[in-house]
Amino acid sequence: MDRKRILITGVGGQGTLLASSLLGEAVMAEGLPVRVSEVHGMAQRGGVVESTVMIGGIESPLISKGCADILVGFEPLETLRAISRCNKDSTIVTNITPIVPFTVELGQAEYPDIDRWIDFMKKNYKMVIAYDAATAAKEAGTPKALNVVLLGTLIATGLVPVSVERMKQTIREKVKPKFVEANLKAFEAGLSKC
Amino acid sequence: MHKLLEDSPGKKLLLLGNEAIVRGALEAGVAVCAAYPGTPSSEIANNLFFISQEPSSPLYFEFSTNEKVAMEVAAAASASGVRSLTCMKHVGMNVASDVLMTLAYVGTKAGMVIVTADDPSMHSSQNEQDNRCYARFSGLPMLEPTSPQEAKDMTIAAFDISEKLELPVMVRTTTRTSHVRGPVELERLPDETVKKGRFQKDPRRWVPVPAVARIRHEVLLKAEEKARSLAEGSRYNHIDGEGSLGILATGVGASYAADAINELGLAGRVKFLRLGFVYPYPDKLLLEFMQGLKKVLVVEELEPFHEDRLKVLAHEHGLEVAILGKKSGHFSRLYEFDPGHVKEMIADTASVEYRLPAMPDLSEIPQLPMRPPSLCPGCPHRETYNGIKEALKALGEEERAVYPTDIGCYTLGLLPPIQMADYLLCMGSSVGTSAGFSVATDHMIISFIGDSTFFHSGISSLANAVHNEHKFCLVILDNSTTAMTGHQPNPGISLRPPGYDKPRVEIEKVVKACGVKSVVKVNPYKRKESLEAYKEVLSKDELTVIIAEAPCILYLKRVGGKR
Repeated sequence: MDRKRILITGVGGQGTLLASSLLGEAVMAEGLPVRVSEVHGMAQRGGVVESTVMIGGIESPLISKGCADILVGFEPLETLRAISRCNKDSTIVTNITPIVPFTVELGQAEYPDIDRWIDFMKKNYKMVIAYDAATAAKEAGTPKALNVVLLGTLIATGLVPVSVERMKQTIREKVKPKFVEANLKAFEAGLSKC
Repeated sequence: MHKLLEDSPGKKLLLLGNEAIVRGALEAGVAVCAAYPGTPSSEIANNLFFISQEPSSPLYFEFSTNEKVAMEVAAAASASGVRSLTCMKHVGMNVASDVLMTLAYVGTKAGMVIVTADDPSMHSSQNEQDNRCYARFSGLPMLEPTSPQEAKDMTIAAFDISEKLELPVMVRTTTRTSHVRGPVELERLPDETVKKGRFQKDPRRWVPVPAVARIRHEVLLKAEEKARSLAEGSRYNHIDGEGSLGILATGVGASYAADAINELGLAGRVKFLRLGFVYPYPDKLLLEFMQGLKKVLVVEELEPFHEDRLKVLAHEHGLEVAILGKKSGHFSRLYEFDPGHVKEMIADTASVEYRLPAMPDLSEIPQLPMRPPSLCPGCPHRETYNGIKEALKALGEEERAVYPTDIGCYTLGLLPPIQMADYLLCMGSSVGTSAGFSVATDHMIISFIGDSTFFHSGISSLANAVHNEHKFCLVILDNSTTAMTGHQPNPGISLRPPGYDKPRVEIEKVVKACGVKSVVKVNPYKRKESLEAYKEVLSKDELTVIIAEAPCILYLKRVGGKR
């Protein structure tokens, strides 16, 4: 069976955990073995929130250096921070809208030049899809749906064994009813980015 | 209806390890549960709490003031014939250990399960103790799942084992098993649970005065041997494959080892022992496993728990087998494992080639800015810290101040620019260590404790401070919830989850009843008023208490601002 290690990273409050569990639900609905790991507790207070989705019978909840097949970054600095988990054959889907950490605001550190590093990614990795997913979510009707926009792009790569229809069905079943429509719109917006 | 109450046998749900434990307990007919929250165990208690609030809930649940109390509640329920469960983070077991060590002597009646959630790498903890050591210390059986499905199955099994042996049974998870989601197949929920039992008096059993305790210790040692044979025959301990290299793995280490064995093409060519029933040591199985092996690699996070046992057995039975693991330098006793490292060590021991996939040169990437956790914007603790700092400055005492702190969101007062957290040991330690600093130094001692932590283990230390005439200022940061672990209620809360109508124990009354003469209550957002109060209290040369009362802003938002 095709084994896939997917790393999802972002900042607390961006909905990385909801994205990974939606993806996990969809993979399970496709009848494939899946494990999703999450970060809870202290790290959620404005910190980095990472999750993994492991497909095809992988038991490990963590992804080591060079072992991610796909990296989905909700924030460009976090994408860069996680880049050592990718190899030359990895695919990267990333939002390019920064969330500036307070350490930068306090002048203790410098936010990296994102354009330069997106360029670096495009040159060095198999496939890189980088765009302003925050605006795409806003245009779809809700900035909160950034996670589902990126999920749409991930599905559009065709690298994940989940059909577009299955993912939509999962969104209909698992997202709170009043947000379903906006999320489906956001998902479509993400699909069109690949 | 709560999703874990769905009665659809055969259906698969994608559950968190912690949720799977709850489902297992429900399927096993648990009826009394008690806990104090703590990462990574909190979702167990949270789900039990919500389930207990359902209209026709099958169980009683309480957030107890600490882990010791919670374990006592569960123990008495079990002694009365009612299945019970308590759960806690690893350091919570230290608090409950006084109960645990003697509960092992008197034993249980109805099944009782104790969940301990360990935190290797200290994602949200002050230490990374390996609570498997508590199983050996107390003589109690312990199961350790590696997947949510196993977490559910083992919880059910733990209740049965508990009843067979009349002992509580521990289920150990780590952060990586508590917080992993996977498909879990539902089984039937019982039609009814036994919520009320009857306590059968038997002082020669339940009252461990020395004469009774001497008998009960012998009973425990015999039960431990029975448990050993259960472990030796358990379906959770099994050997796959054959060869001259053996790999023994437990917990998440077993997942890493299993993936590595598959991906390195070693399946069937190494003898792989996965241990899920981790204590008592299944000696017969371990000996059978070592037969004919030249080398064994032990893959277990933290302490060399099984590695050392293999060495004892190999020595006793004169086996010539190299036992590799921590001592040999293959693995560290520090931190959680990295799956890539486990793979490398297995490849190395098996003498097969393993190469990392090709990676671009990343040496140009600069040092990236960190995102350390911080107090939320608008957090009332920030106001209190700043106000007290200003008062000390005004009094010219800032240089002399030392700040013992405690466990909660406010521990983040450690970070700049606040930097008002100087010494911390465990839950409640702010109060006791303040006493020590006040007798051993001429510093001005100002310590911080949260409302939930105060109820957990601050009260007895405060009575001690009054009686022994210690001089310090204790600031109780009362945000009306247990914020860090996800807003669980505690006895002092004025903000309540919907439908929660338990009586309130007011902190101010407790402090006064302890005998503290100088007590003030402030709203830290009212800066001017508070500053005057801080200055007045901090000028006093006696034990003083400031209660800074303002609800957690996140929680306030969640409960809709209703008080």
